[in-house]
Amino acid sequence: MSKFRKDTGKDTPGISTASLPDIVFMLLFFFMVTTVMRETTIMVKQTMPEATEIKKLEKKSLVSYIYVGSPVDRMQATYGTKARIQLNDAFANVQDIPQYINAERAERDEKEIPFMTASIKADKDTKMGLVTDVKQELRKANALKINYSTRKTN
Amino acid sequence: MARRSKGASEINAGSMADIAFLLLIFFLVTTTMDVDTGIARKLPPLPEDEIEQDDSQIKAKNIYIVLINSQNQLLVEGQYMDISELRAGAKAFINNKGRDPESSDSPQKAIISLQNDRGTSYETYIKVQNELAAAYRELRDNRSLIKFGKKYSDLNKAKQKEVRKEYPQKISEAEPKNIGG
Repeated sequence: MSKFRKDTGKDTPGISTASLPDIVFMLLFFFMVTTVMRETTIMVKQTMPEATEIKKLEKKSLVSYIYVGSPVDRMQATYGTKARIQLNDAFANVQDIPQYINAERAERDEKEIPFMTASIKADKDTKMGLVTDVKQELRKANALKINYSTRKTN
Repeated sequence: MARRSKGASEINAGSMADIAFLLLIFFLVTTTMDVDTGIARKLPPLPEDEIEQDDSQIKAKNIYIVLINSQNQLLVEGQYMDISELRAGAKAFINNKGRDPESSDSPQKAIISLQNDRGTSYETYIKVQNELAAAYRELRDNRSLIKFGKKYSDLNKAKQKEVRKEYPQKISEAEPKNIGG
C-alpha cells in the first residue's frame, strides 16, 4: 500500500470551489426567469376549492383577476368579516366590475380582447349569491370567458 | 499568461459566489411557482331584450335538473342525491340514447340545468361543476377510445371537435333563487 500512497503526495488538495459561482448563477437565472412578482396584495382570504377537471390558465397577461372572499384577519377590524370583492389593490363593489373589465381591456391590444379571461378567485366559503352577482356583472361587461380558480386534486 | 508570471494581481472573484447567492435568495423568496388552474366556463350573453327564452321546444325529459339548496344538498331530477353519485347519474342521463323513455334522447339533445341558491357555498358549486365536467370528460374519453384508440386529450384538434360534436357539453345555469332553507 505504501507504494501507492507515495504518489498522491502528503497534502490532499482541497475541493475546488471555482465552479461554485457558475452553479449558483445557473440557479439564479432559473429563478429569475420563472419568477412572477405579485402585483397585487391580496386582502381577502383565498382558500381555493379543489377540483380535478381543471385547465391551466394560459397567457397570464390576458387574465383579469377578481378576488372574492372575506377580508384577511388583519383587515377584519376595518372591513368586517362579510365577503367582499377585491379588484386590483382595493375592495370594490359589484357594480365596479364592468368598469374594471373595461379598464383591463383598454390596456390590451384590440386583437387580444376576445381572448381575455376573467379569473374568479373565490374563497371556498363564499356564498354563491355574491359569486352570481359577479357573474352577472361580467355578463353585462360582455366578459364571457371565465375561469373558476381551483386547486388540483387527484 | 505572461502577465501572471510578472505577478500583476487579478480581480478577486471569490465574492462573486456571495453576490450570486444574495440574488438567488432574493428570487427564491419572491418567486411564486403556482400555476393558475381552474375550471373554464363560458357565460351566456345577456339577452338583448327582456323576453323570457322559450324553452318549450326542449322536451322536459332531455333536461337533467340539478338543484343545490343553501344547505349544500342536491336535488337531482326531483330526488335527493349525494354528490358522489352525481357523476354516474349525469353519465347515465347523457348516454341514455333513448333507452329509457324517461331520460334523454341523445347526448346532443341532453341538457344539464344547474340551479343553486344564493346561500349555496362556492365549494359545493365547484364540486358540482367538477362532477358534471368529469362526467362529460369520461364520456368523451370512452368515445374517443372506441373511435380513435386514444384518450380525448391526446387527440388532435379536428378529432377532438368530432368527439365534442357527439358529446357537446351543455350545462345551463339558471338564475339563482332565494329558495331559502
